[in-house]
Amino acid sequence: MLLVTCPVCHASGDETDFHFGGQAHVARPATSNPEGISDEQQREYLFTRINPKGLHFERVRCDRGCGKWFHAARDTMTMEFKAFYGITELPPDHVIKQAKGAWAEYFTMRMKKQK
Amino acid sequence: MTGKPYRLTEGGSRIDRNSRMTFSFDGRDVQGFAGDTVASAVLASGQKIFGRSFKYHRPRGVVGLGSEEMNALIGVGADARHEPNLRATQVEIFGGMVAESQNRWPSLTYDMGAINSKLSRFIPGGFYYKTFKWPQAFWKHVYEPIIRRAAGLGRAATGCDPDTYEHMHLHCDVLVAGGGLAGILAAEAAAKAGARVVLIDENPVLGGIADLTAGMINGECAADWLKPTADALQMMPNMRVLSRTTVVGHYHHNYLMAHERVGDHDPALLAAGAPRQRKWKIRAKRVIMATGAIERPIAFANNDRPNIMLASAARGLISRYGVSPGTQGIVFTNNDDAYLTAFALQKAGVNVQIVDSRARPDGDLVKRAQEEGIPVSLSSVISAVAGTQAVRAVKIAAYRKGQGRVITERKVDCDFIAMSGGWNPALHLWAHNGGKIRFDDSLQSFRPDTHPDAITAVGAANGTMSVAETISEAQAAGEVAAKSVLKKAKAAKPAKIEVKEPKRGALEPLWFAPATGHYNEGNKHFIDFQNDVTVADLELAQREGYESVEHTKRYTTLGMATDQGKTSNLNGLGVLAEATGKTIPEIGVTTFRPPYTPYSFGAIAGALTNDLFLPVRRTAVFQWHTDQGATWEPVGQWRRAYTYTGVGEEKHQSITREILSVRNKVGLLDASTLGKIEIKGPDAAEFLDRIYTNTFSTLKVGRCRYGLMMNELGFLSDDGVTVRLGEDHFLMHTTSGGADRIAAWLEEWLQTEWTQYKVFVTPVTEQWSQFALAGPQAREVLEKLEPDFEITNEAFPHMSFKIGKLGGFPVRVYRISFSGELSYEIAAPAGYGLSLWQAIMEAGAEFGIGPYGTEALHVLRAEKGYIVIGDETDGTTTPDDVGMAGMVSKKKTDFLGKRSLEQSELKRDGRKQLVGLLTEEPNDILPDGAHAVADLKDKPPMKMIGHVTSSYMSPSLGRSIAMALIENGRARMGETIAFPLAGGKVMKAKIIGTVFYDKDGGRINA
Ligand SMILES: [Zn+2]
Repeated sequence: MLLVTCPVCHASGDETDFHFGGQAHVARPATSNPEGISDEQQREYLFTRINPKGLHFERVRCDRGCGKWFHAARDTMTMEFKAFYGITELPPDHVIKQAKGAWAEYFTMRMKKQK
Repeated sequence: MTGKPYRLTEGGSRIDRNSRMTFSFDGRDVQGFAGDTVASAVLASGQKIFGRSFKYHRPRGVVGLGSEEMNALIGVGADARHEPNLRATQVEIFGGMVAESQNRWPSLTYDMGAINSKLSRFIPGGFYYKTFKWPQAFWKHVYEPIIRRAAGLGRAATGCDPDTYEHMHLHCDVLVAGGGLAGILAAEAAAKAGARVVLIDENPVLGGIADLTAGMINGECAADWLKPTADALQMMPNMRVLSRTTVVGHYHHNYLMAHERVGDHDPALLAAGAPRQRKWKIRAKRVIMATGAIERPIAFANNDRPNIMLASAARGLISRYGVSPGTQGIVFTNNDDAYLTAFALQKAGVNVQIVDSRARPDGDLVKRAQEEGIPVSLSSVISAVAGTQAVRAVKIAAYRKGQGRVITERKVDCDFIAMSGGWNPALHLWAHNGGKIRFDDSLQSFRPDTHPDAITAVGAANGTMSVAETISEAQAAGEVAAKSVLKKAKAAKPAKIEVKEPKRGALEPLWFAPATGHYNEGNKHFIDFQNDVTVADLELAQREGYESVEHTKRYTTLGMATDQGKTSNLNGLGVLAEATGKTIPEIGVTTFRPPYTPYSFGAIAGALTNDLFLPVRRTAVFQWHTDQGATWEPVGQWRRAYTYTGVGEEKHQSITREILSVRNKVGLLDASTLGKIEIKGPDAAEFLDRIYTNTFSTLKVGRCRYGLMMNELGFLSDDGVTVRLGEDHFLMHTTSGGADRIAAWLEEWLQTEWTQYKVFVTPVTEQWSQFALAGPQAREVLEKLEPDFEITNEAFPHMSFKIGKLGGFPVRVYRISFSGELSYEIAAPAGYGLSLWQAIMEAGAEFGIGPYGTEALHVLRAEKGYIVIGDETDGTTTPDDVGMAGMVSKKKTDFLGKRSLEQSELKRDGRKQLVGLLTEEPNDILPDGAHAVADLKDKPPMKMIGHVTSSYMSPSLGRSIAMALIENGRARMGETIAFPLAGGKVMKAKIIGTVFYDKDGGRINA
């Protein structure tokens, strides 16, 4: 039974007080470019998710608290939460630095875009 | 030994000799004292057999001291209060208690199953897998019933449990599991430093096995020294002590589950209203595991005979209950600790001698045995046991490690054996949630290593067997735990503690004691007593290639019984290690799984039974419906009136009456359960355009529009009418079952995707009562209710609404219809619900108004071809599949699911499309879900081309109607298709459009 802390209302509770919403930072192509989406892009958006061993980023809703969605950085091996952060935010820098593989590539790409 | 027959005249720290009580065991009255367990009282009465073994039905007695007991499983309580599979060593007696042994058919001393024992050479390890695999039908009809009858581990209660059970939530700084020497001192240290501490112990009194330990603390024996500290803990304001409570599981982030037996031991508590058991759900910042250690049996020939028990169990019987297992005892050991049992027996006047497998033990206790004149046979093992229902004698043979055959042996008469193969730290909790363990050569056992959670092991659970080291380790752990969670811990002032304890000699592993004769000829060396797994079984599994310990476990069932291998797993590993020439760490361990000890379904369910199992949601008119004879249909957690059967009416008759009332006169439906969500804000209209397939920004204030919702996959997920209350204010109706899901769905998209929208989403389902007044005379009824607004067809057309008053009722009236008739859905704040309903019924009386239920509603809508999400759709159904492509906007650039409709699978030919069906025989009603086939044959396989989604007898048409999803259905109009049904019957039906009644919609607009 994981212990989750909502970064919006700061309530801590059992995982059953929250609602897991799958992989974080999945971009919806139609929001930015409704006309130019390839079949492959749409398939990727709908069905392709990663399943990393180690640090992972997920969406969570504070179901029985404030009702807000937020992000969680969780180690899938130790079950340790490295950070809880806002739904429109990127993880804290020190957590991004720990990301590996597909997540490291993703955050590098996001940082480049920001600059 | 004096005393009659097994109760000693003195001693027994747990019992009160002034308080006698009588209970029943297998129908026989047994006397005991307050504080006795069923095990101690029954043994004191002279009975040694407590049950029969699982596979061979060998007679078995008590082996253990407490929760590790694997043989003496009993059922306690009569009828509905019966609880099976309890350990006789843990169950406290009370006057009038009813207890029974379990696996004893037809009796404890003689049973048919014992024939298995004679046939045992034909029941080797893996027997179940080998024998019962084939033929398949034999398993169900022959093997399983026989095995179940012969093997049963207790029986379920009969009837409904009359007692109450509770769930409790608990948060603490430090949780200490185990209330022995280590646990008490750790808890005390943490609490003195200021932490909120919970100490949990499975026994009725704190102290663990301090009373069975050697060593003096500050000049007192350990238990006496510890008692004032234990008593003082109960008084500390920041300490909660839970006795008779077992921490059964440790889970992520220091979440723990504990099972408290509140009233099991005392019917007076139950009578006073106490719950029988509690399940505690605990979140601790730090956990200190002080769960002690469990003694190991030794695998010698016929080591399962009644009255062969662990050395600690024999010691406990004497010290705690004043009961001796017999008059002539053998202590069989490979370590020093069991010598304490010999001293206790000798002190109680029992004849005892020691058999020690070690050649040169040099500990203080061994010297003391010599000083006290107790005979000790070194380099010796027990090689045979005489007697089946009780121990009569043993053979003692010379032993040298690795020597397979017995060369010399001698016979010694005795009536019980106390054995000790060493001690295993009870590291179950440590390992439940990913704690690593490591092998310790001096213990010849595993001990805790690292753990991802904030948990520390202390004392014997940590492999620390010395009293002095346990004390310092426990106090330090308590203090460290407190400091790590407190901003400012109080300074500790540890008192000076002086410990004197005997120096211990080294243990030498003894996984197998060679037998006199061949050990697979009735001379069984048991490893797992509860599942009847022997050394020979493990060696056989090894020879047959089960190299992985996890495979061996499943093949032989080692460690798979209710005790989960507490006393057997490590011995099994030792045998496997010797058989393979590997070390125990190389063999590896099997997974430790919660619960530590089994606990009851009652505790798991807690109070969440019957009415509390799933709370029912009721509308404001619930009682009225009940009074009018409504039968109920569950819709989500709601109960909706299904139909109102009148006196002498069958359900199908009342449904028909309700339908015709709506079609011909006027009816009233409680539609309050319909999901209602207010959507408000400057971006509300644009937001709805993203959510629905059709457009809502063009909807005029005062008007209503039916909307379709898809998920991102392009599949239909909900539908309903949304009304525009104001420029920036909408009220969305959802399906009754979809209200919560859709509100969460809207929130999710607002919060995670279109975060720039200024929109609030507020579920208001319970705030409103809403009734559908439907039928050709609905307007007359509405008029009688004195609306303060115009209700002519021109002023109040279909798909518009009014806000105003009906007499004294503040209402919103929506002219929308799910029945195909002229229909007004009248909504009022829920507090007005019942009186508004009654006012409408009164106003409608002269027009013959009647209430109608959900089944009538469903027939009415099916006659009109209206879909129900979940009936006509199944999660893979698109708007086009149900003939609603016209409702999918071509103008809007983006809305949920739009892009997915372009994916090839959703555009392909041959998708199933919604059609209407008329059976050839008008009275034939197609079963819901019946499959249509393209090529009718005598028997399958046949190509299936679709299925019935809704099917009813239609009173309005005087015949049956159905809807179905059929491949290319819209291109098959007029075709007749076949539905082969169960029992060989075939129904044929013609494909037509989906609207059966009032195709031009004249009635709805009337
Ligand atoms: Zn929150």
